[in-house]
Amino acid sequence: MPATKGEPMSNSLTTPGIVAGRLHPEDYTRHFDDLYPDYAAHEAMVAADRCYFCHDAPCITACPTDIDIPLFIRQIQAGQPDAAGKTIFDQNILGGMCARVCPTETLCEGACVREAAEGKPVEIGRLQRYATDTLIARNAHPYTRAAPTGKRVAVVGAGPAGLACAHRLALHGHDVTVFDARTKPGGLNEYGIAAYKAAHGFAQAEVDWLLQIGGVTLRQGWALGRDGSLADLQADHDAVFLGIGLAGVNALGLADDTAPGARDAVEFIAELRQAPDLSTLPIGRHVVVIGGGMTAVDAAVQSRLLGAEHVTMVYRRGRDAMGASDHELSHAANEGVKIITHAMPVAIHANGSLREVEFAYTHPGETGLEPTGETFRLQADQLFKAIGQTLDGAPDALTLAGRKLAADAEGRTSLPGIWAGGDCTGDGEDLTVTAVAQGRDAAESIHAALMGAGA
Amino acid sequence: MANLTSNFIGIKSPNPYWLASAPPTDKAYNVERAFKAGWGGVVWKTLGAEGPPVVNVNGPRYGAIWGADRRLLGLNNIELITDRPLEVNLREIKQVKRDWPDRAMVVSLMVPCDEESWKAILARVEETEADGVELNFGCPHGMSERGMGSAVGQVPEYIEMVTRWVKQHSRMPCIVKLTPNIADIRKPAEAAMRGGADAVSLINTINSITSVNLDTFSPEPMIDGKGAHGGYCGPAVKPIALNMVSEIARSPDTQGLPISGIGGVTTWRDAAEFLTLGAGNVQVCTAAMTYGFGIIKELTAGLSQYMDEKGFSSIDQLVGRAVPNVTDWQYLNLNYVAKAKINQDLCISCGRCFAACEDTSHQAISMSPDRKFEVIDEECVACNLCVNVCPVQDCITMEAMPKGAVDPRTGEPVRDYANWTMHPNNPMAKAAE
Ligand SMILES: Cc1cc2nc3c(=O)[nH]c(=O)nc-3n(C[C@H](O)[C@H](O)[C@H](O)COP(=O)(O)OP(=O)(O)OC[C@H]3O[C@@H](n4cnc5c(N)ncnc54)[C@H](O)[C@@H]3O)c2cc1C
Ligand SMILES: Cc1cc2nc3c(=O)[nH]c(=O)nc-3n(C[C@H](O)[C@H](O)[C@H](O)COP(=O)(O)O)c2cc1C
Ligand code: SF4
Repeated sequence: MPATKGEPMSNSLTTPGIVAGRLHPEDYTRHFDDLYPDYAAHEAMVAADRCYFCHDAPCITACPTDIDIPLFIRQIQAGQPDAAGKTIFDQNILGGMCARVCPTETLCEGACVREAAEGKPVEIGRLQRYATDTLIARNAHPYTRAAPTGKRVAVVGAGPAGLACAHRLALHGHDVTVFDARTKPGGLNEYGIAAYKAAHGFAQAEVDWLLQIGGVTLRQGWALGRDGSLADLQADHDAVFLGIGLAGVNALGLADDTAPGARDAVEFIAELRQAPDLSTLPIGRHVVVIGGGMTAVDAAVQSRLLGAEHVTMVYRRGRDAMGASDHELSHAANEGVKIITHAMPVAIHANGSLREVEFAYTHPGETGLEPTGETFRLQADQLFKAIGQTLDGAPDALTLAGRKLAADAEGRTSLPGIWAGGDCTGDGEDLTVTAVAQGRDAAESIHAALMGAGA
Repeated sequence: MANLTSNFIGIKSPNPYWLASAPPTDKAYNVERAFKAGWGGVVWKTLGAEGPPVVNVNGPRYGAIWGADRRLLGLNNIELITDRPLEVNLREIKQVKRDWPDRAMVVSLMVPCDEESWKAILARVEETEADGVELNFGCPHGMSERGMGSAVGQVPEYIEMVTRWVKQHSRMPCIVKLTPNIADIRKPAEAAMRGGADAVSLINTINSITSVNLDTFSPEPMIDGKGAHGGYCGPAVKPIALNMVSEIARSPDTQGLPISGIGGVTTWRDAAEFLTLGAGNVQVCTAAMTYGFGIIKELTAGLSQYMDEKGFSSIDQLVGRAVPNVTDWQYLNLNYVAKAKINQDLCISCGRCFAACEDTSHQAISMSPDRKFEVIDEECVACNLCVNVCPVQDCITMEAMPKGAVDPRTGEPVRDYANWTMHPNNPMAKAAE
């Protein structure tokens, strides 16, 4: 990881404080490039040949979007990766991003019979990427809209859930307007996913490709609650889909948790994803990340990749309770992130700027986690809080299930005419692929409702 | 250490591996490299009659089929016999034989179908002091259009006639190389025997088109938009060659006729299989063309290790060992009953056996909701399809039922040996006395 060649740097790994330009320019490019580059054609053939074309394949069952995996792999084998791409997109229009970001080791590849047999599954994710990239590179959208229905649907949120919903609705001939509070579409694909998973501007390229279906209008910079209400949307549309994700963040609840140098990990990651030049992005020499999920891992790893000398991720429970998969955790460890479990923050020590974070070791007690009495301090110039995102800005009229919007299997909320899906709803894990599945299924439900009897 | 030395119809070589007549044996340069690498002998690339040599195409002469990782499974060629001048070949043959006296040097021949042509070439070959000749009655393309090669090999009378000329006009051992492009391989072998051949060798290549270019609609290999059938060889043809070798080995009419086994020999195991089915030695072409001469080290060491493990000290002890077990379908024991058995510890639950049996066989495998696959003995006819499609070796096995046990499929006990000739459903059955 240490920088090696090129121009002399303004700063180095050991410069104290939060500073930019710790690395040589070319190291930034290298560090944030594609984690798993695309297969070459021959590699894809060899990888595809490993698939057994299982009967009632367990990998399909494990895929939240039910992609016919053995079929698309067979199409690669048969020399038609673009047809394979079509098989994927039929089920999952964001199959290109999912190929890059899905935790396949816990989904399709985890279920692959060759994982059970040899600990070496068919590389379904990389094959999916090969197929989808091939088709997208044709730059001819493989779907044609049905005849216009004259129905208008409002989709709030241009993340994976909203985009999948919008595409499927447009396909059925409906007119869709997507409203999103941010300047760019894509949701966390654009603002959240680790840079090296969606390298080379893939998130925007995918949105552009997807919108070629036609019939979808994007309205960026429009926030529900601020620029209009649910009632406003309902007045102008036949149905509304909410795919607003989780816009809020949990707080640590410690004094000084707004000390300079302490910030939310998602905000740091969004800034990183949007930075035109990563060498201008300041990063601490000693970075502490609190949390055990994908956000914590991504903040920690990308801190290292930006040149932080010491990065420690601290989680209050054990490793098996972490939201991040083993694969993600070993990737973090490989990148030099130190992982401490069973410790929770008890104090932030700042003196103008951040100095140290104090932790107490924990063990499970009667009232939940309890401190063991032993504490330790970690030196920190910078602290990233990654202890979970929360629903924020959802219309009050909608019933909640726990801390998220209540929705049934088809995505119907407590109000007629309003559907919801993705991270803002209670069902399923907060993953790109589940958001896509829920957006797609809600679109089918909306379509059925709009075109049903009496329509 | 097993002794690999070979004595095939009086031709001695340090091991039973000869390079077949083909590009690997085209000239002194190749053959010397092969001998240095350790090959036991060569059959020199087929010589034609005196005069201007044949010409080859100047575009692709090979086509192939591959496995997913480009493993070459089958090779096709439209090459003709040697396109080098006869005198050059003869000079080189003589020189190489002189320099490598312990290696087998056999010269392959193909000249027009008249006695004078054969007489003339034989005299020239004798001068080289080569160990023997092989008559190429097998080449299926080009030369056959000119009345040679497989055009001769497909007519037993011609084989007999030419073989007789060769034996009359030469003291050299004579091997007749057979074409597989024929309905019954025993007929040309019998003809060769009648003509006085010392041995037959087989197979030469099989008529084939490896693929079609779906843009230009021309067969591959393609020469200026057109393709002609070529000769197929390599791993894909081994099963065909093994069967043909065994047919000759077990036929009473050709009993004792020495056989040089050719076709798809790639590893020591292939060679051992040819030997057990009656081949006295083997010839190799495609494997050498794919991997180079270096494979001889594996071929010899592997065979030698296998023989040691089995307690065979010489090649002869292996030759023909499987021949008594090759029989006709009508003599197979219809009272032999087996059942497939799935080893649940090895099963990876892919369900291929289920799909195969359910869709295309006897619906004899059950699948539970948690993907456990089990054989239904009441339905299993022991067809072996599940074994063949299972990706895990030895996961599904065929278990023979002991005599007297009741087959749950038929409700009948397993009885003593009885074959079709004795079966009540056979109108021609000979009633048991
Ligand atoms: C750092 C990080 C890394 C992650 N890494 C992975 C990963 O590797 N793999 C994986 O599968 N998942 C990952 N996830 C989770 C994944 O990104 C989400 O599950 C997924 O993006 C959810 O999609 P969504 O459409 O429901 O929400 P989002 O992607 O959050 O999109 C919601 C959209 O709604 C808009 N919006 C919100 N409120 C309003 C409003 N009031 N008015 C208008 N618009 C609004 C937002 O601007 C946003 O565009 C990660 C998440 C984070 C935070
Ligand atoms: C390119 C090529 C040229 C060949 N030329 C001859 C030949 O001139 N004479 C001959 O008897 N057989 C010829 N053969 C056939 C081989 O000797 C051999 O019988 C056949 O390839 C099967 O063996 P294999 O599977 O080991 O290749 C040729 C084969 C190839 C591939
Ligand atoms: S489980 Fe694995 S081997 Fe089976 S179909 Fe899926 S990818 Fe192929």
